[in-house]
Amino acid sequence: MMPVTQASDYAREVDNIYMFITYFGIFFYAVIVLGVGYFVYKYRRRRQNEETPDITHNTALEIIWTVIPSIPLVVMAFWGFNTYMQARVAPADALEIKVIAKKWAWEFTYPNGMSFGQEMHVPAGRPVKLVMISQDVIHDFYLPDFRIKADIVPNRYTQLWFNADEPGEHQVFCAEYCGRDHSNMLAKVVVDTEEQYQQWLEQKAEEAMNMPLPELGKLLYVNKGCNTCHSIDGTRIQGPSFKGIWGQTHQFSNAAPAVVDENYIRESLLQPTARVRAGYEAIMPSFQGLLREREIQALAEYVKSLK
Amino acid sequence: MAEVLMQRTPAALHEPEGNFLTENPGLKNWLFTVDHKRIGLMYFWTIMTMFFVGGVLALVLRTELLTPKTTIVSAEVYNQLFTLHGVIMTFLVLVPVIPATLGNFVLPMMLGAKDVAFPRLNLLSYYLYVFGALLAVGAIIGGGLDTGWTFYTPYSSTISGGVSIMTMGAFVLGFSSILTGVNFIATIHKLRAPGLSWYNMPLFIWGMYATAVIQVLATPVIGITMVLLLMERLFQVGIFDASLGGDPVLFQHFFWFYSHPVVYIMILPGMACISEVIPTFSHKPIFGYKAIAWSSVGIAVVSFFVWGHHMFVSGQSEFAGAIFSFLTFVVAIPSGVKVFNWLATMYRGSISLGAPMLYAISFLLLFGIGGLTGLFLGTVAVDVHLHDTYFIVAHFHYVMMGGTLIAFFAGLHYWWPKMYGRMYNELWAAIGCLFVFLGFNGTFIPQFLLGSRGMPRRYYNYLDQFQFLHVASTIGSYLLGVGLVIMAVTLIVPLFRKRYDAPNNPWGAASLEWTVSSPPPTHNFHHVPVVTHGPYDFKAARRLEQMESHS
Repeated sequence: MMPVTQASDYAREVDNIYMFITYFGIFFYAVIVLGVGYFVYKYRRRRQNEETPDITHNTALEIIWTVIPSIPLVVMAFWGFNTYMQARVAPADALEIKVIAKKWAWEFTYPNGMSFGQEMHVPAGRPVKLVMISQDVIHDFYLPDFRIKADIVPNRYTQLWFNADEPGEHQVFCAEYCGRDHSNMLAKVVVDTEEQYQQWLEQKAEEAMNMPLPELGKLLYVNKGCNTCHSIDGTRIQGPSFKGIWGQTHQFSNAAPAVVDENYIRESLLQPTARVRAGYEAIMPSFQGLLREREIQALAEYVKSLK
Repeated sequence: MAEVLMQRTPAALHEPEGNFLTENPGLKNWLFTVDHKRIGLMYFWTIMTMFFVGGVLALVLRTELLTPKTTIVSAEVYNQLFTLHGVIMTFLVLVPVIPATLGNFVLPMMLGAKDVAFPRLNLLSYYLYVFGALLAVGAIIGGGLDTGWTFYTPYSSTISGGVSIMTMGAFVLGFSSILTGVNFIATIHKLRAPGLSWYNMPLFIWGMYATAVIQVLATPVIGITMVLLLMERLFQVGIFDASLGGDPVLFQHFFWFYSHPVVYIMILPGMACISEVIPTFSHKPIFGYKAIAWSSVGIAVVSFFVWGHHMFVSGQSEFAGAIFSFLTFVVAIPSGVKVFNWLATMYRGSISLGAPMLYAISFLLLFGIGGLTGLFLGTVAVDVHLHDTYFIVAHFHYVMMGGTLIAFFAGLHYWWPKMYGRMYNELWAAIGCLFVFLGFNGTFIPQFLLGSRGMPRRYYNYLDQFQFLHVASTIGSYLLGVGLVIMAVTLIVPLFRKRYDAPNNPWGAASLEWTVSSPPPTHNFHHVPVVTHGPYDFKAARRLEQMESHS
């Protein structure tokens, strides 16, 4: 057996194939070693000019030793592929967690739209589906205890799913070389009971809720990905920078000028195309239904704090 | 051993007219030589220099891994060192080592030819190799790179440093490899001695032929890929970089379309050496000549259709995964068949355990592990777990070092007397082989265990639980280093001692290169030889030799 925790039915099935190949390998390796050892001893050269028989080939024997070992190989190919397909197709009711990989950290986003650091909490006994994308180079989500792994590529979603047996902690590695701190790009999967999981999720959400508003806003600015289009240092990315905009009067391509205040920020989040800043494209997605009231306030406070 | 001493002829008998080593002395005559034997030796010493550098790097890497955190170098340096180790060992050592050294030296003589078909092209190939090697090593000075030898995009297309120079180095080295391939194909087709039909050729030639075909067909792809990577870096053309609309996984397809066949560019010549050594030292014809010959060709063909097994977790389609997995098992079969053929050759033979045979046996035992562990990786579900872990690292070292390099050492000890006309001390050669064998297993068996436990490769820091196996592996690597030093000293010392002079045919082999003096005359043969017996008909070869010595 592989001396690694088997954390799911799938891991056990992979290990069954692993053991099948191991037995096959040991058998054939024994044939080689014993063959070599026996022949070297039995047929050692005893004197010079010792005569040897002129055996050049034996077609029947050669066909046998080509065909017979091929049969277990076919078993490996089919068994391996069938099992692999199980790991590819997630059940429709799976809990979906979004994974973003970047040099050299992970971000796990839960169905409630929130993310909390380098530990992924999942409930035991419920399929979990990971939808993964990279922000920079290729990374790889590797969960050895579950025998699953998949590259995380920029500009393309890849998926994994697993179903943990029971509560426990499992190591996550980045398995595709991604630069200096590749070997520090670690994370944990913490399997809770369904109850613990729900409690943990609520507690974490609560913590986030009880944070001072500007601090929560700063967290959301990163977690919600505002930072991909809006800088806080005045540089222009896709959208206007947040630096020092509070209280200023903005020009719009489709509306009368207006002052940046709480109402403007709220509208920009929920109906971003209502007023489009002059000189920018209307590409901002709506966050309608994705932000709580307090989170909207937090973001406004955060923008206010950026002098 | 005893046999060798008894057959030893006085030096004066086979050195009156001079040989390729002593005629036309002087550095200039060596540097501008078109003699395949001299080019073979220049390749040999250059490649061995690179092997030494790559080996020292490996020992530094293993030393760093003695502790889970920093031991002797920083993370940046470690990442550059494993990249350089990989590049040097694959592109500068494993690809050319057997064809360019042993192949260059013995292939024309085995065919009964004076030289390869295009001697000047042969010299050009050597200088391209030197130029490419300088570029590759210069990339480290020109900013360094830490991409790994696989240069995966978008990492390689976005970081600064020496990637561009390294890319050009790989491009130039590709041409060196292609030219050797073209040369061998033409030589084998056109310069065979009278009587040397295709099925009368030593299996070494068949192996070289299959290798040359892959070199010519696959290497241009890596050349093109390197140019595209260079264009991506210099002009942001957007082929591989997702942020420019490219596809990073496309690079992996291109890369492995060359780099899987290149595995067979490395291993087929190794198998070719083994197919010479085992029958000679078993004093019995090779078993299943045609099966071995055609399995080389079969491997060469199928090797082009398995590249996707490096990419089971890359996001390629499941359907592609199924096809590549199936084809991977298909390519495993001819390799297995060869192992059975070599075993059957030893059956009822008369086996003497000279150093070449000891290395050939090591090859069977190590390549056996390399091949069988490949089955885990061809099986998709199991590969997903083992991919990019130390299991892979151990597997390809068993195939590349346990296979190719050990077979090269077998061939080197086999043809060394022909190359320099000197025998070596059999006892020390055996001790060197033992150290190499034990050290090699000591290094890489722990890595199989690390990998199956989930230790990813290219990790500078690792979890504490892996330390014991890492320390074991490092101790093994030191033992391996000692073995290689013993081997080098054993081979080099006799070059300075005349009493080790070698006879024409120390092993009683039957192919043409053993009919000329050791070292061979500059033009190999005084008359065009006529082949009257098979390459493994040792009885006929001995009768001929006896007739000649009586006349």
